[in-house]
Amino acid sequence: MTGIVALYIFMLAAFTGYEVISRVPVILHTPLMSGSNFVHGIVLVGAMVALGSAHTPLEKTIGFIGVLLAAGNAVGGYVVTERMLEMFKSSGAKRPSKGAH
Amino acid sequence: MGDASTREWIIQASYFVTAALFILGLKRMSSPVTARSGILWAGAGMLVATLVSFIYPGMTNYELILAAIVVGGGLAWWSGKRVAMTDMPQMIALYNGMGGGAAAAIAAVELYKVAMEAPGGGGHVGLPTASLAVIGGIIGAISFSGSAIAFGKLQGLITKSFRFKGQQVLNLILLLLTLIAGFVIVVHSQLDSSGSVNLQLHVTLLFALALILGLTMTLPIGGADMPVVISLYNALTGLAVAFEGFVLNNAAMIIAGTVVGSAGTLLTQLMAKAMNRSLGNVLFSGFGDTGGAATGEVTGALKPIEATDVGVMMAFASKVIVVPGYGMAVAQAQHKIWELCQLLIDRGVTVKFAIHPVAGRMPGHMNVLLAEAGVPYDLIADLDEINAEFDTADVALIIGANDVVNPVARTDKSSPIYGMPILNADKAKNVIVIKRGKGAGFSGIENALFYLDNTRMLYGDAQKAGAELIQAVKAAG
Repeated sequence: MTGIVALYIFMLAAFTGYEVISRVPVILHTPLMSGSNFVHGIVLVGAMVALGSAHTPLEKTIGFIGVLLAAGNAVGGYVVTERMLEMFKSSGAKRPSKGAH
Repeated sequence: MGDASTREWIIQASYFVTAALFILGLKRMSSPVTARSGILWAGAGMLVATLVSFIYPGMTNYELILAAIVVGGGLAWWSGKRVAMTDMPQMIALYNGMGGGAAAAIAAVELYKVAMEAPGGGGHVGLPTASLAVIGGIIGAISFSGSAIAFGKLQGLITKSFRFKGQQVLNLILLLLTLIAGFVIVVHSQLDSSGSVNLQLHVTLLFALALILGLTMTLPIGGADMPVVISLYNALTGLAVAFEGFVLNNAAMIIAGTVVGSAGTLLTQLMAKAMNRSLGNVLFSGFGDTGGAATGEVTGALKPIEATDVGVMMAFASKVIVVPGYGMAVAQAQHKIWELCQLLIDRGVTVKFAIHPVAGRMPGHMNVLLAEAGVPYDLIADLDEINAEFDTADVALIIGANDVVNPVARTDKSSPIYGMPILNADKAKNVIVIKRGKGAGFSGIENALFYLDNTRMLYGDAQKAGAELIQAVKAAG
């Protein structure tokens, strides 16, 4: 990937992030922050590559910590986001109807 | 498993799918109807990317990688399943800090490699790569230690705000030293010989300084401002991940990191705006400390009321607006309050929940807490929707909310919260405030609402008061 292509990716991804979030209602802000927190858990693949190419004990130690932290970010982010979003229900879906039949 | 180029193709194709799943997932999270599926989509993307990374050409240390994933992921799974909904903000901070730390770790590994090779072997790493590794590393390290402090503050582990004269000068010096260390590393990564400079030491110094800077930047910030800080660090981590993605030539990291970086920046701005605080204000001034000094004199008396009277008042009202605050969540009263509201709805009373953007500990936190109690999201209105409706409400029931309904924000220019958008609860015919004691709010400011003629105080724990109100409404016949 050349530098200029990477720069294009950077620009387009920045606009994408802005656009996707700008339509989110306030009620979803906390799960959304949690969800975006999960998404940057993709750092896990980078940490895996870094540890996978580490040679010296120092590099291996830091790489190990990196994968450990990244896995925590990804898994923890997923679990709490899923728990929060699971609870969101509309009154049509949740409350029993009061009407007589 | 095929030759290296086939593997490379499989990996790139999988990362492409992952990036698409992330963006679609985030988009689906933008509506309550599809939000649940959104996280599932994003989760599928993460799974694909993680699995395919095992076949990266030239990978070694598989047992270390697996062990780290099992331990780190296992602990996060365990803690994420157990954490109470009220503690969600600090948990997000913690997981976010871990991501920042991981980005810093990647930078550290790459920079130590450069340092090892540098004498006589410089120039392997391009200038943009070296610069981005350093910048991403600094940002990641700041996000890591800063988020840890944010977690500690919200969890109640750190109760003091450490402030002293010249703190900002110290931060500035630390920042400069960090940048100088980074500059030395970048310059020497481009030279054929590192000369007399010990590059490895500089790399160590860089991360030590950045970690300390994260601490000293975050320690003076008070608990009330923490949501904005967490959101900012979330955006910063995204950026750090994107930069390390450039270093590793990993498109999935660049895209996901940048999307989070820009989305997080927007989210941070929205939050700061809702709190009437500029970002610079949050980071560089002292307000937001729980022990802040109370300002402004409020005249009048607090007028108490009994639960039975409130019950009758609400039972025969046509419209009740509930204003929940963090105090309600701390008392775990949301279930009782929703039970009360269901009784009222069954009697034909219109019930709405008015949510201030910072009602919980971060925007949207209160919605999560109400959702946990089973309150349907269509009964929940945000500030812009509900403010015009207080005029027509018979009762505004304030539970554990304080600063967000303080009319001083509209009137008193000397108040620290002046100009903050508030819920106009004072416009309701009757205002009932459920409160444990007579203390001031999170910001330490007296609440003028409590002293108004149409306000009555119902003292007690929110959970107990809720139970009493349920009895009272039932008794109202």
